[in-house]
Amino acid sequence: MPAKYQQPPVTPEMVEAHGLTKEEHERIKTILGREMTYTELGIYSVMWSEHCSYKNSIALLKTLPREGKNLLAKAGEENAGAVDIGDGLAVVFKIESHNHPSAVEPYQGAATGVGGILRDIFTMGARPIASLNSLRFGSPDNPHVRYLVDGVVRGIGDYGNSFGVPTVAGEVYFDEAYTGNPLINAMAVGIVKTDGIVSAVAKGVGNQLMIVGSKTGRDGIHGATFASVELSEESEQKRSSVQIGDPFTEKLLLEATLEIIEKNLIVGIQDMGAAGIICSSSEMSAKGEAGAELDIDKVPVREPGMIPYEILLSESQERMLVCVKKGKEAAVREVFDKWGLDSTIIGKVTDDGLLTVRLDGEIVAQAPSETMVLGGDAPVYHRETKRPAYMDELADLNLEDIPLDRDWNEDLCGLLAAPNICHKGWVFEQYDSMVRTNTAVGPGSDAAVLRLRKTNKALAMVTDCNGRYCYLNPRLGAQSAVAEAARNIVCSGGQPLAVTNCLNFGNPYKPEIYYGFAEAVAGMGEACRVFETPVTGGNVSFYNEDPQRAVFPTPTIGMVGLIPDVAHITTQWFKDEGDVIFLLGENKEHLGASEYLHTFFGLTKGEAPPLDMQFEKKLQDGLLAAITRGWIRSAHDCSDGGLAVALAECCISDREQQVGAVITLSDSMRTDALLFGETQSRVVISCAADDADAVADFFGILNCPCARIGTVGGGNLKINDVVDLSLQKLDHAFFDSMPAFMEKVG
Amino acid sequence: MKVGVVTFPGSNCDYDSYTAVKHILKEEVEFLWHKSTDLVGSDLVILPGGFAYGDYLRAGAIARFSPIMEEVVKFAYSGGMVIGICNGFQVLTECGLLPGALMRNHHLRFSCKFVYLRVEDNTGRFTNACRKHEVLKIPIAHGEGNYFYHDDEVRELEENGQVVFRYVDRTGEVTDEANPNGSLNNIAGIVNREGNVLGMMPHPERAVESIIGSVDGLKVFESVRAACVQVAGAGGK
Repeated sequence: MPAKYQQPPVTPEMVEAHGLTKEEHERIKTILGREMTYTELGIYSVMWSEHCSYKNSIALLKTLPREGKNLLAKAGEENAGAVDIGDGLAVVFKIESHNHPSAVEPYQGAATGVGGILRDIFTMGARPIASLNSLRFGSPDNPHVRYLVDGVVRGIGDYGNSFGVPTVAGEVYFDEAYTGNPLINAMAVGIVKTDGIVSAVAKGVGNQLMIVGSKTGRDGIHGATFASVELSEESEQKRSSVQIGDPFTEKLLLEATLEIIEKNLIVGIQDMGAAGIICSSSEMSAKGEAGAELDIDKVPVREPGMIPYEILLSESQERMLVCVKKGKEAAVREVFDKWGLDSTIIGKVTDDGLLTVRLDGEIVAQAPSETMVLGGDAPVYHRETKRPAYMDELADLNLEDIPLDRDWNEDLCGLLAAPNICHKGWVFEQYDSMVRTNTAVGPGSDAAVLRLRKTNKALAMVTDCNGRYCYLNPRLGAQSAVAEAARNIVCSGGQPLAVTNCLNFGNPYKPEIYYGFAEAVAGMGEACRVFETPVTGGNVSFYNEDPQRAVFPTPTIGMVGLIPDVAHITTQWFKDEGDVIFLLGENKEHLGASEYLHTFFGLTKGEAPPLDMQFEKKLQDGLLAAITRGWIRSAHDCSDGGLAVALAECCISDREQQVGAVITLSDSMRTDALLFGETQSRVVISCAADDADAVADFFGILNCPCARIGTVGGGNLKINDVVDLSLQKLDHAFFDSMPAFMEKVG
Repeated sequence: MKVGVVTFPGSNCDYDSYTAVKHILKEEVEFLWHKSTDLVGSDLVILPGGFAYGDYLRAGAIARFSPIMEEVVKFAYSGGMVIGICNGFQVLTECGLLPGALMRNHHLRFSCKFVYLRVEDNTGRFTNACRKHEVLKIPIAHGEGNYFYHDDEVRELEENGQVVFRYVDRTGEVTDEANPNGSLNNIAGIVNREGNVLGMMPHPERAVESIIGSVDGLKVFESVRAACVQVAGAGGK
């Protein structure tokens, strides 16, 4: 018979090593009226970690607009936001980071990032319909970066492909700022009947708590804490903090979970992500204003000898905690048996507000649930901010220093081949983008579009953020990220509905970093109000730093829009010879923060392009109205690489029907700024020649600039007398670049 | 026509085949659970795409031992029509209903995209609705689709007209660039010698509506329907 488990006494050194401050330690002692046990130290250290408690961000996040029509689940209320889209259906979506795990173990880090976000969706009763991801890496010239890209893409692909959800859109962005700390943000979208949304709650005294899915192992212990410190040389040793994914089990868990929900067997359910059992049980009971008792020895484990601390904190994947309706325990078990998964009663709901953990009948931890969770007694900090000196230095860009005697054909090809602009088929062809046969527009247009069966509707979805803009001006950069996401949705024929965000920043205890965070949150809030897209939730990821530097402030926006009629699904590429091309919006002589300066001059400099949000909103509303009238045959926004790149993409991005265009621009300004400047609020549209006058009149009445700039046709893209390139050359630059730089040896 | 779609726990294209048959072809269709041994009187059994039992081992290696597969094998030997799509094709080669093997793609990556297939034989039960050498646009989505068999045996397959689909370019030319996975002779789909079992890596069930990119996959299902009518007309089932 094994010796009875004895908890080691907690010392101040242990508390410090667990990342709790002296003040936090005192606060916990006050809550408990005594010193913590070793198990409780584990509990508070993860629950009060940045990752679970949002202690350094929540005060500012509360300033974001979280109200809006049709919201069924608001930010912070459930695992993901939910928006009513009519026909008795709601769309559920969320984005989350898995940056640090992916930095040390790219394959499993990325795979489990996908797994975690999918569970957030189906734990609400929604069937996942799409997966997206926003990826940022260092320069691909660096072999280690290529190793990371390769592992991350395989991890995302293998998980989503096996699980059976189409991966339909995302971004892949390269900049030296992300060399030591890549950003891996995964988003999932699901559909649920509005009366079938399930809550992450435990309530009803005596209701049983069941753990279902995989067994609990030693993987991922302190993953949440690991996510709450900067990366360092020693991070490689934290590989054991990275969880291991099993998409096959996740698929089974999905089907079983949806089945117990459909059969109305449960009170609530919460997935186990960061901080495992302890997080799900404390959050569920705190939400139910109840308590919970857990018999930790009943948890099915993968190996003997695991102590309560490990079992509670394990981040083993593919598990859920279920609060079962009285008398339905056997029915729940039957469903999980059918799918070959464990389901074990490990505790019950109480009315004392305490989370009590027992091992062989003896209490090893006992504390009020409310004191552990965000929104309860977890700490909330307001941090100091200081505007970084670099911002003023880098803002100063003298265009006269940028030579104009350049070969514009060569520059356009160079930009089309640049890692940030080139076609990312090397990445997204490794993802199954079509399974479940709803993908109307897959990767490679402005937004992905999924049709909704049994309705005439479709959903458009996208992720966006330009880290360079945010680095130079975080408030403006965040506004632009929201504006661009909305523009992409509108270009696809959708009405923007709501936003989920993934806020990737450095160490919040550094005032310069926190300045960027505070500014970005402010800018995002302003933009979300203008574009009427409330924030339904998301995730904050701090400490994205290595000893060299912090990442660019990167507030990634995930946005979903509704296309009320599938007939109005719009793609970016030109359709037919003779169609007329218009430019909505105005060209301005602005070259700051551009991909052009970065690619050819190695500069991350200048002001980020200004954004007039009211004008942008007017333009988007007008464009959507024009699409709804059936006039618009293609729409593509101008972003990285500016107007010339946008036009080239319109010509070539559908490889089955590439077509040239002849463009005349009458603006008088520097050629580089005209072709490659990244002035905001511009969209290239095309329409049938017969509709051209109507389109021009329509935007004229709206007082929205709409210049007729050319005609679709021919085998070349010609722009004034400065660009003249064959489709073949454009195609080669755009499509052959990524395979070449990714499969480079050495 | 009545169709049974097998659901292994890790099947993820079972629903796509089911809806294609039910809502596009408007034929009767049922799911067949992997633990079951009842084919519910199906005229056609579809082994769908996915990762049958996780496929952490070789794709399809475990599925061949499932209860439902015992019945499917019997059904096939008695002349019943079976289509294995993607993972289903892998299962068919594992259980010996079709010859050869599907190795990892030559570039060692998963690959999902639309490809072009040329119909090499339009006389069989799965292609009678196509023209000879018609080019179909149908997507692939697999990591292990690289068809391999010994030279002599492949020659025999070719001579017997058992190679029914080949990867080609848009114009119908067999080229290396059009071969997405390194398959021998650009082979995308084969039938058994009797012609009642088809295995193909591309997904015809993903090409049944123009809104999702193509309707060319319908021809495979329509061919089977025509074959069923013919069999029924001849007085058999």
